[in-house]
Amino acid sequence: MNGEPDPVMSNAAESIRVEGIGKQYRLGEIGMRTLRESLAESFRRLLGRGTPLHHAKVRQSASDRLRRTRAEGEPARERGPGEDSVRTAVQQNRIWAIEDVSFTVRRGEVVGVIGRNGAGKSTLLKVLTRITTPTEGRAFLYGRVASLLEVGTGFHPELTGRDNVYLNGAVLGMTRSEIDAKFDNIVEFSGVGHFIDTPVKRYSSGMKVRLGFAVAAHLDPEILLIDEVLAVGDASFQKRCLGKMKDIASTGRTILFVSHNMRAITRLCPRAILLEEGRLTFDGPSHEAVSRYLGGVLLGTADRQWPDPARAPGNELARLRRARVTSEDGAAAEAVDIRKPVILEMVYDVLRPGYVLQPNFHLYNDDNVCVFVTADRDPAWWRKSRPRGRFTSRARIPGNFLAEGRFSVSVALSTPDPVVIHFVEREGLVFQVIDSQEGDSVRGDYTGQMPGVVRPDLQWTTEFEPGT
Amino acid sequence: MTGSGPADDVIVIRADPPWFHIPWRELYRYRDLLFLLVRRNFVATYKQTVLGPFWYVLRPLLTSVINTVIFGYVAGLSTDGTPKFIFYLCGQLGWRYFASCVAATQQTYLGNAGLFAKVYFPRLIVPLSALVTNLVALLIQAATFFGFWWYFREFHPEGSVLRIRVELLPLLPLMVVQTGMAGLGVGLWMSSLTVKYRDFLHVSQWLLSVWMYATPVIYPLSMVPLKWRWLSYLNPMTGVVELHRYVLLGRGTVVPEYQMLSVVTAALFLFSGLLVFNRTGRTFVDTV
Repeated sequence: MNGEPDPVMSNAAESIRVEGIGKQYRLGEIGMRTLRESLAESFRRLLGRGTPLHHAKVRQSASDRLRRTRAEGEPARERGPGEDSVRTAVQQNRIWAIEDVSFTVRRGEVVGVIGRNGAGKSTLLKVLTRITTPTEGRAFLYGRVASLLEVGTGFHPELTGRDNVYLNGAVLGMTRSEIDAKFDNIVEFSGVGHFIDTPVKRYSSGMKVRLGFAVAAHLDPEILLIDEVLAVGDASFQKRCLGKMKDIASTGRTILFVSHNMRAITRLCPRAILLEEGRLTFDGPSHEAVSRYLGGVLLGTADRQWPDPARAPGNELARLRRARVTSEDGAAAEAVDIRKPVILEMVYDVLRPGYVLQPNFHLYNDDNVCVFVTADRDPAWWRKSRPRGRFTSRARIPGNFLAEGRFSVSVALSTPDPVVIHFVEREGLVFQVIDSQEGDSVRGDYTGQMPGVVRPDLQWTTEFEPGT
Repeated sequence: MTGSGPADDVIVIRADPPWFHIPWRELYRYRDLLFLLVRRNFVATYKQTVLGPFWYVLRPLLTSVINTVIFGYVAGLSTDGTPKFIFYLCGQLGWRYFASCVAATQQTYLGNAGLFAKVYFPRLIVPLSALVTNLVALLIQAATFFGFWWYFREFHPEGSVLRIRVELLPLLPLMVVQTGMAGLGVGLWMSSLTVKYRDFLHVSQWLLSVWMYATPVIYPLSMVPLKWRWLSYLNPMTGVVELHRYVLLGRGTVVPEYQMLSVVTAALFLFSGLLVFNRTGRTFVDTV
């Protein structure tokens, strides 16, 4: 990178410059482990044995959804000579949440960041907000930065609303005098009124969110990095948030906006970047990015296979080999009739015998609401340890149960006690439920918008007494 | 745009940040946060307690009473000829700031995990706010100490030995700085180690009590054999506690060369603590 113009002195029109940013996470291992475990592992390495099972469990706590392992080309840093047996385990436990992401944002531009869950949006934002450090690459932010990953960060329940406005404002980078100047506006905007001197622990959750957003709305940065904050609160609150963001955008601030809300993206951002599996795959007009994103998720995800066992999701105990959405006759189906049953299927190899395993599916609708979680309770294997071999587990969703729309399925396998997750393939499957409106589905002859997470065929009875 | 002024410097994000870096400018910019955190610490600690900040006064007093009974009367340890209670109270004055800084700083990462995962600000602000919070407590304790000092001087039969070396009083703020350096350094170490190994949550209490016995808090340095005094001074708190007695009670052992040695060890603790803390901070969010 030497020889290029020095980015620190880059031209004044540029606001954000990202150069080959990559972030690698280590799965399972690390985190909160005890000294004993750590010592035990060092000892095990000396003896040349692999990492034990509990180190390979997928860490779920982080908000980033991590998907891929990079199998080749990554030097395993803590590997010394003569430790080849450890190598695979170490490499499989490392995944790249984002990889080689580069783009620039001009001053005053409003850019959306879209992608599926686990595509690396949150990771990118965490790197740019300096919450965590990248594994490779660099980035430059020219100007005063404020980030908003959560509403009301740092609120302390014992402090009054007033104190929390100051604390939250300072956490977000405002000075006391700035907050002084905006205090009245903040209180007015939040609508908490005379509760401002009441401890926040007495607030309703709605009041807390409103107060938090009021503070955030009065940030005055040159660059604003925002994550999904609009996902909280009710519809009218979200509308207000969007309105406020539009105001901010129109005052010439640079905004990077991560969202699942495609309508918000197209409305607010002229330009969007699309992340897929940690890589930037599109950068351009937001309507194009959105249609690419929607196209990308709709196609070809009713049947997925992992032919190479080394790259299949899982660990040394079990690996996912295939996942499908099928109709009752067993044919893969991306679109299913709302009246017909849907079968979710996973095929997985058990590599180590003797463990109790529980396959499970998590179904999400288009609003990212979890419709249900279901786990295998087939008496044949329920609470029984399984031998080595290939298993196929199916869950049948009855017809006339799901609502219309797009659904995504996380495909997971875990051991219940102690809980170890062997794999979670988030948005592993995507399918569409279609109502052809022939009059015999739950909607009957009604053709308008029909809300609801599910649309079950309930039994109705109507009694009649002749008129008086 | 009140207070924001011209555009700040460029923020550079890189995979290999400098191994030692104190963001002075940023710390200054976030100074208001520091004092708001201090305020939060006070309010949060004493909400729903009956005695509130009086605990700052009570705790060293109660400890000194116990020390007087156990170590003064039962064990019969020397107090360099000063009244026992005031001897132990003086020891608490020097020691307690260190202990409370270590204990508070240790919480930095684990106690603020939720905050650190959602927003960036110089992480050092949090331990610094703990230092300031405890400094306020120290001032309250110092005022109490002088009250008792006056009482013992006037009314205690052995009180006449008490003498404040006024010409050395300016040394005490320096001792507070040295204590802060050592306390921050050790606390940063503990905070970082606790992130990786929760075991250190349990270690810290034990460490602090062993450390206290290694420091002349409940005994005078004059009880340490001459040839081992240099070793005792490797502990940065030895010089601090003993100098407090020398200045405030008029009795004690002070060896200027050794005193300098303890400054060096305090600085080493701080420097290495900052190193480890910075390193942990880079990826802390990924590991919790």
